[in-house]
Amino acid sequence: MKVLLRGNEAMAEAAIRAGCRCYFCYPITPQGELVEYMARHLPRHGGVFLQAESEVAAINMVYGAAAAGVRTMTSSSSPGISLKMEGISYLAGARLPAVIVNVMRAGPGLGNIAPAQGDYFQATKGGGHGDYRLIVLAPSTVQEAAELVMLAFDLSDRYRVPAMILADGMLGQMMEPVELPEPIPPGRIPPKPWALTGAKDRAPNVVSSFDLDPYRFREILRALWAVYREIERNEVRWEEYATEDAELVLVAYGTMGRICRTVVRRARKEGLRVGLFRPISLWPFPYAPLRRLAERVPVLLTVELSAGQMWEDVRLAVEGRAKTPFYGELGGVVPTPEEILSEVKKHVRG
Amino acid sequence: MSVVETKVPAGFVPVYTRPKSLSDKRFTYCPGCHHGIITRLVAEAIDELGIQERTVGVAPVGCAVFLYEFFRCDFAQAAHGRACAVATGIKRANPDLIVFTYQGDGDLAAIGTAETIHAANRGENITVIFVNNQIYGMTGGEMAPTTLPGMRTVTTPEGRDVRTTGYPLRISEMLAQLDGPTYITRQAVFDVRHVQMARKAILKAFRNQLEGKGFSLVEVVAACPTNLRIPPAEGNRWVKEQALKYFPLGDLKVRD
Ligand SMILES: Cc1ncc(C[n+]2csc(CCOP(=O)(O)OP(=O)(O)O)c2C)c(N)n1
Ligand code: SF4
Ligand SMILES: [Mg+2]
Repeated sequence: MKVLLRGNEAMAEAAIRAGCRCYFCYPITPQGELVEYMARHLPRHGGVFLQAESEVAAINMVYGAAAAGVRTMTSSSSPGISLKMEGISYLAGARLPAVIVNVMRAGPGLGNIAPAQGDYFQATKGGGHGDYRLIVLAPSTVQEAAELVMLAFDLSDRYRVPAMILADGMLGQMMEPVELPEPIPPGRIPPKPWALTGAKDRAPNVVSSFDLDPYRFREILRALWAVYREIERNEVRWEEYATEDAELVLVAYGTMGRICRTVVRRARKEGLRVGLFRPISLWPFPYAPLRRLAERVPVLLTVELSAGQMWEDVRLAVEGRAKTPFYGELGGVVPTPEEILSEVKKHVRG
Repeated sequence: MSVVETKVPAGFVPVYTRPKSLSDKRFTYCPGCHHGIITRLVAEAIDELGIQERTVGVAPVGCAVFLYEFFRCDFAQAAHGRACAVATGIKRANPDLIVFTYQGDGDLAAIGTAETIHAANRGENITVIFVNNQIYGMTGGEMAPTTLPGMRTVTTPEGRDVRTTGYPLRISEMLAQLDGPTYITRQAVFDVRHVQMARKAILKAFRNQLEGKGFSLVEVVAACPTNLRIPPAEGNRWVKEQALKYFPLGDLKVRD
């Protein structure tokens, strides 16, 4: 049965169905509906909803709840995510699973509340201090947002790596019919023998990201990076649309990916051989599939709601095998399909 | 890290033994540091209440950062100042656990002021041990918000000038104004009598949590002889004669 939900609400409901039982937040637009939904629904499922005094406190509460072995989430938008970066680095260092939702708005600074994709670097290249990565998943529809939230909890638990959903204001606010995923039976959540549950009949567990000895710490980080390499092998996700015969492929994620799908349909109607490559996992980034595409497609046009952040990964993937022009908008301006199509026409002939 | 071995000579009966909830790791504190006494008092309280198997500690960033090595309890190491938020997350996730934080004055009363005040104001059912040594011990003796007027530190080489750096922050008095907390007290450990009083206060702060009474905080006015650049044995006198002028001892809030 399909229900009509906003992206923010669908992500909240999906989190509850994924077994999230502790949610900590601080209000910010454009993800307010997610907070409100959790406030109304999570306690009814026996979960903890807590509005913290700041994003800093909220992410550290997530750290505590994750350490206690509970599925936990926080959500925010760009300026709030900046404040969470310290805690996210600690989560990564302490190998704690947690889900962080970023419903991006335009920045830097206070910016505005319009949809944007300017937090790509922050999400995929670190953001907080130190040598770590987050699993980063970018939905482009409300349906996919719900599914990726469920997946984020599973991956985060499986690898003990925090996962981020990188959405934007448009996806958060948009209403669509959704087929909600079935709730996860509690037995499907993997056991967490490392969690802080009291040192009864076992040696004490310690959740920490600290080791003064560089050689020991190096081993800890090597083990962490071995996990990251495993994630890179197993968890790359992307979608290709009409790429088989394409002369130009648009590379776009999230809301931009969705708009570019419309662009592909219009271009095809005009007889232009245009396709779409849409990364779903932004980390691990689909370098290999994109490289394969670049072997046979002469132009890969990256389109983003930023000055060109994912574009750097596209160029890393392509390494000169194809042309890699860029088209982006700034400040929360969302380009129309027509505008993108006229950009496309600069590179392909009908 | 070295192991402390206690050899009992034949014919002697040990009366002062290591608390069960302490591991055999040697403390990393300097000679004369009050952290050592306070850490032990916490362990004694955990032993006395028989809660070691359900206690989770939250270690700060500061000289007590290795707390998780000293205790035989589950432990989380928190980011600087965030211990009360981390403790909130643990306790809310699993209310059956007994959760305590142990924090310095830089940790709790500077960078973690917001997390502390709001955990107290929510009446989180946790226990907070607050070691006020009026200085940033771990980083080498910089001014803390609790540093006494005129006190020399590496960042106030001419002594703390209240006109430009403010006054010693009495955060326990601030917290005592709130409706949220249950028990706020200020103690010290500079002589046997005060150690016994501090011990009772820490015990009460844990018992409150066991009884579901809410937020309890025990501030302990302490000495960091290393950064005061005084001999270890002088620390006690420093607390008694200098620090207590600004941090008077006693219960600030008790709700039974
Ligand atoms: C975000 C951050 N800022 C600064 C530091 C450096 N730092 C480590 S301990 C400390 C102060 C500790 O002082 P206090 O809390 O009073 O504990 P003490 O060592 O005196 O017991 C600081 C500033 C840090 N680790 N993290
Ligand atoms: S530096 Fe000061 S607070 Fe830290 S262990 Fe030494 S005496 Fe104690
Ligand atoms: Mg201190």
